Amino acid sequence: MKILVALKRVADPDNANKVKIPADGSKIDTTGLEWKPNPFDDYALETALRLTEDGKTTKVRKGEVVVVSFGPKDVETTLRSALATGADRAIRVECTDEQLDGLVVAKAIAKLVEAEKPDLVVLGKQAVDGDSNQVGQILAELLDWPQAAFAATVREEAGAVLVGREVDGGVLEVRVKFPAVLTVDLRVVAPTSVYSASTDKAFKYNEGVRFAPLPAIMQARKKPLDTKNLSDLTAEKPRIRYVKYEAPPARKAGSKVADVDALLDKLKNEAKVI
Amino acid sequence: MANVLVVAEFAEGKVKKTTHSAVTFARTAATALGGSYSILVLGSSAGSAAEELSKLGAAKVLVAEDASLEHYLAETYAPTVAAVAKDFGVVVAAASAFGKDLLPRVAGKLEAGYAADITEVSASGGTLHYKRPMYAGNAFGVCVIDSAVQVVSVRQSAFAAAEATGAAAPIEKVAVVAAGQAGARIERVKFDQVKNERPELAEASVVVAGGRALKEQFYDLLNPLADAFGAAIGASRAACDNGYCASDLQVGQTGKVVAPGLYFAIGISGAIQHLAGMKSSKVIVSINKDGDAPIFQITDYGLVTDLFKAVPELAEKVRAIKAG
Repeated sequence: MKILVALKRVADPDNANKVKIPADGSKIDTTGLEWKPNPFDDYALETALRLTEDGKTTKVRKGEVVVVSFGPKDVETTLRSALATGADRAIRVECTDEQLDGLVVAKAIAKLVEAEKPDLVVLGKQAVDGDSNQVGQILAELLDWPQAAFAATVREEAGAVLVGREVDGGVLEVRVKFPAVLTVDLRVVAPTSVYSASTDKAFKYNEGVRFAPLPAIMQARKKPLDTKNLSDLTAEKPRIRYVKYEAPPARKAGSKVADVDALLDKLKNEAKVI
Repeated sequence: MANVLVVAEFAEGKVKKTTHSAVTFARTAATALGGSYSILVLGSSAGSAAEELSKLGAAKVLVAEDASLEHYLAETYAPTVAAVAKDFGVVVAAASAFGKDLLPRVAGKLEAGYAADITEVSASGGTLHYKRPMYAGNAFGVCVIDSAVQVVSVRQSAFAAAEATGAAAPIEKVAVVAAGQAGARIERVKFDQVKNERPELAEASVVVAGGRALKEQFYDLLNPLADAFGAAIGASRAACDNGYCASDLQVGQTGKVVAPGLYFAIGISGAIQHLAGMKSSKVIVSINKDGDAPIFQITDYGLVTDLFKAVPELAEKVRAIKAG
């Protein structure tokens, strides 16, 4: 199986409350925050790796995992890290953030799909900076492929995957035939969430994503990393234009109460919610 | 074009309340633009839904009926929605699992811009400005969309449910557009519904949410308090990941976003991702044995104590107060 995985780096999501908006509202300033892989994209890579191995011998890929990311030269750090974790090949699409929105990214990936011909494209369900949750679904439409968005479980069958999607009110199970687009949710990295056709059904992964061992980090430097220009893939311009940014309304810490009776008194007589 | 199309969320024979929030958005946007709004409903048998929707003040209710539309799939719904949307300036649905799955696909078909999860809309010089949370709600961006049709999903908790307005709108059938290859390559296998007798999380006026600290006693502890208030139950990611509760109870950046009148955070430390889903609540109560937990920074009333003792006592006393 050949899988294309899209990766994005984001400003450290665990410190997202430290982003600043200048008084003129011209930007979201993430100065001082480290770049981290978008957590859902890490889960997408883990899903792709699990689908191309038998669980026991994780160094042997049954097929190929190609990772792609968009941005300036230094996003290669994100790609190298994915190569060290187990991806076979990487593509960086040279561009700046200002050239992109969800549709532009989806158009460019669609063009890469034409050349790469993967069985699956796996993406995180959303990037936790823009929080848009859109590229996978747009891409599926552009390709006229089925989409299984918000996947929590993935089981490979012959030429298809059986996907449990976390939706409102429960889990919807769908079968999508290759080629298809998957976007993954948080619980896809649970120990029994993803099985390739060759994984023993009794096998359990460790919770979460795998980390690259040190020798793999060295070897990753030798794995192929190609660069393409955004303009060679698509001439589209963003349709979404931000005119200003604002800080969220501030919320003050209230008071601590001594016990349950004091809490009830406040809820009744001050907040008047009981 | 100044008219707005609402895509109704209709499942298991019911119009979901999320639709009413999208209608409220449509009223605001259409008024600002000097246009009207219509509502599109899709299904294998959508007559009763159309009747219900016709009372929501729309210019028209459009019905797409076909056996292939019995259960929602983005692949089979998007072609018809996109075809109908071409006659409108804005297409909207709530940012529920349905809207978030369907609308980007519709936007792709129309080569349109898509703004997700918007919390406010205003017009300036005939152009709609959409405000939306980013970075887990730590910043808001105001954007405009430069495409013939603009596609948006709206945050349910930010738009009150529209009430019926009286006069019934005319109901019209629209043509169903067959799905392409994508539709032929997906099959709905089954839906494992989580039984839940409580109010929907996003609609409840009181939410009782629990975290990792509750462990296997999650429901035993929260049920009596939720019963006393007629509340919905929510959870932190940690509680869901550990299997203490159903996954669809997760409140946060990537789960449900709620803004009830009263929110109880019980044994929840307050990770950024959780705060993103609940910090617009009117009154926040936190119960946690760690007085330094970040949740207390946004809490109105904090109780630093052993929740295993305090929660049953609170439930009992609230029940007594409610019983009068």
